[in-house]
Amino acid sequence: MIEVENLSKRYGDAVAVDDLSFTVRPGLVTGFLGPNGAGKSTTMRMILDLDRPSGGRVRIGGRSYRGLPVPLRRVGALLDAKAVHGRRSAYHHLLWLAQSNGISKARVREVLRLAGLEDAGGKRAGGFSLGMAQRLGIAAALLGDPPVLLLDEPVNGLDPEGVLWIRNLLKGLAAEGRTVFVSSHLMSEMALTAEHLIVIGRGRLLADTSVRELVETGTRPCVRIRTREPERMRDVLAAEGLVVKQAADGALEVYDGEPQTIGELALAHGLVLYEATVRSASLEEAFMRLTGNAVEYRGEVR
Amino acid sequence: MTAEAPARPGMGAVLLAEWTKIRTVPSTLWALGAAFALSVGLGRLVAGSLSGSADTGPSAFDPLFAAFYSLTLGQLALVVFGVLVVSGEYGSGTIRLSLLAVPRRGLFYGCKLLTGTGIVLAASAVTVPVTFFTTQAALGPKGTSPLADGVPSAIAGACLYLTLISLFAMGVAAMLRSSTLALGILLPLFFLGSQGLGNIPAIKAVTQYLPDQAGTVLLHLAGPQDDPRWARDYGPWTGMGVLALWAAAAALGGYLVLRRRDA
Repeated sequence: MIEVENLSKRYGDAVAVDDLSFTVRPGLVTGFLGPNGAGKSTTMRMILDLDRPSGGRVRIGGRSYRGLPVPLRRVGALLDAKAVHGRRSAYHHLLWLAQSNGISKARVREVLRLAGLEDAGGKRAGGFSLGMAQRLGIAAALLGDPPVLLLDEPVNGLDPEGVLWIRNLLKGLAAEGRTVFVSSHLMSEMALTAEHLIVIGRGRLLADTSVRELVETGTRPCVRIRTREPERMRDVLAAEGLVVKQAADGALEVYDGEPQTIGELALAHGLVLYEATVRSASLEEAFMRLTGNAVEYRGEVR
Repeated sequence: MTAEAPARPGMGAVLLAEWTKIRTVPSTLWALGAAFALSVGLGRLVAGSLSGSADTGPSAFDPLFAAFYSLTLGQLALVVFGVLVVSGEYGSGTIRLSLLAVPRRGLFYGCKLLTGTGIVLAASAVTVPVTFFTTQAALGPKGTSPLADGVPSAIAGACLYLTLISLFAMGVAAMLRSSTLALGILLPLFFLGSQGLGNIPAIKAVTQYLPDQAGTVLLHLAGPQDDPRWARDYGPWTGMGVLALWAAAAALGGYLVLRRRDA
């Protein structure tokens, strides 16, 4: 369990994180979503006590990060996979980490195997591809077998196979009852991995919701229609209790209606339809709408 | 997920981790090797040329000058070592991992400096005596014995000097958080020091108190102290105290930067 309370980070006049509060629960993958520069990495660094908050506080299992007796056994983190000494071997990179927290050498070999790096342990970490570096970073995060995991953009730059590996790994870890908090700027990826979402934009909380809820409230499915007489069509649909909106391109967007119903209504009133397309709810669009609003809001303030 | 809370790993665990960091990177080991090779090799050359030069009279000749002169260049490699130990963490970005593993800044930083200075002290305890015996052998009849008056304390002082210089470098590196910046400042400073920066009359009043200059009286590198042209305003061990203050101030400065700034 990670509890973030009124967390803020200011750099001079610039506000990177603005009064952020949320809770990350165990047993499921929680996605931390926002466009680049939204403050995700800053928030993660503050959770981990690397950056000092300007205000607010963080509790991990009821304690501050600095107050954890054996940090790596409570929290595993992957912040930047390339943050390894290039001339040190993967094994030695994990070894010093393990030693600092009293973790055995056997566990170092175990996580290397778990990350699929058993044959690369003796190789210099600087020569690793991004995919291998991510695997090494995951191995480091799992070293202390921690109940809480934080991963900052773990699938960035990975090939499809690597993405799939991380996705399944995270789901598996959450299924074991761990708290898994993973950031991404890719809604599509989070839709596949996460069950719960914390969405931020410009350092502010935009949504704290389940993926399903976000889909349903963000963009509702609708039927787009084009007709020769949009005004009369609109009245006909409104009379039936359907919600109609005019899109920017002149088409009508009909909510809560089936294409069959709309087609039959049009026929009954002698209206000609040029187009009728079903638009399903899109998580990507829900995300764009959420974050887009945040950007507009900021624009007005300035 | 271990249910029972394991014991909090103490200083021993952190020291072990810092030792592993240093020994598993080739550059730090190279720096120690270079310090040894420069000190012994250059000392042999200097002593060789001094033994062959015309006799300038026994009073002017100081065999300990020949023993320790090469350390002023060997120390540059130890400065590099000290900088690498600290700012290697910033260059590679492992500082964040280190602080995740050991979030208590004082424990992390203290163990890092302790490990680094311990290694330099051990390396000095080999390098300085080997340099001494090599140079004295090369001086032939002009050489002195390790048990001669003032020699044991000078050898001990030289080991301490190199250790404090390296500690100073670690502190500066922690303040600057960049190896390029730290080496760009320290190497020219100490190189000029080895070329007599502390003896230039116009600025001597100040430059004699620079960290490396403060150690030169004890190392017999500041010239005969009974000659007013060379005499420093402090004795050998007071000078070492000045260097110790520099090292302590740099180490403290590095700690304050680590504690205050975001990683």
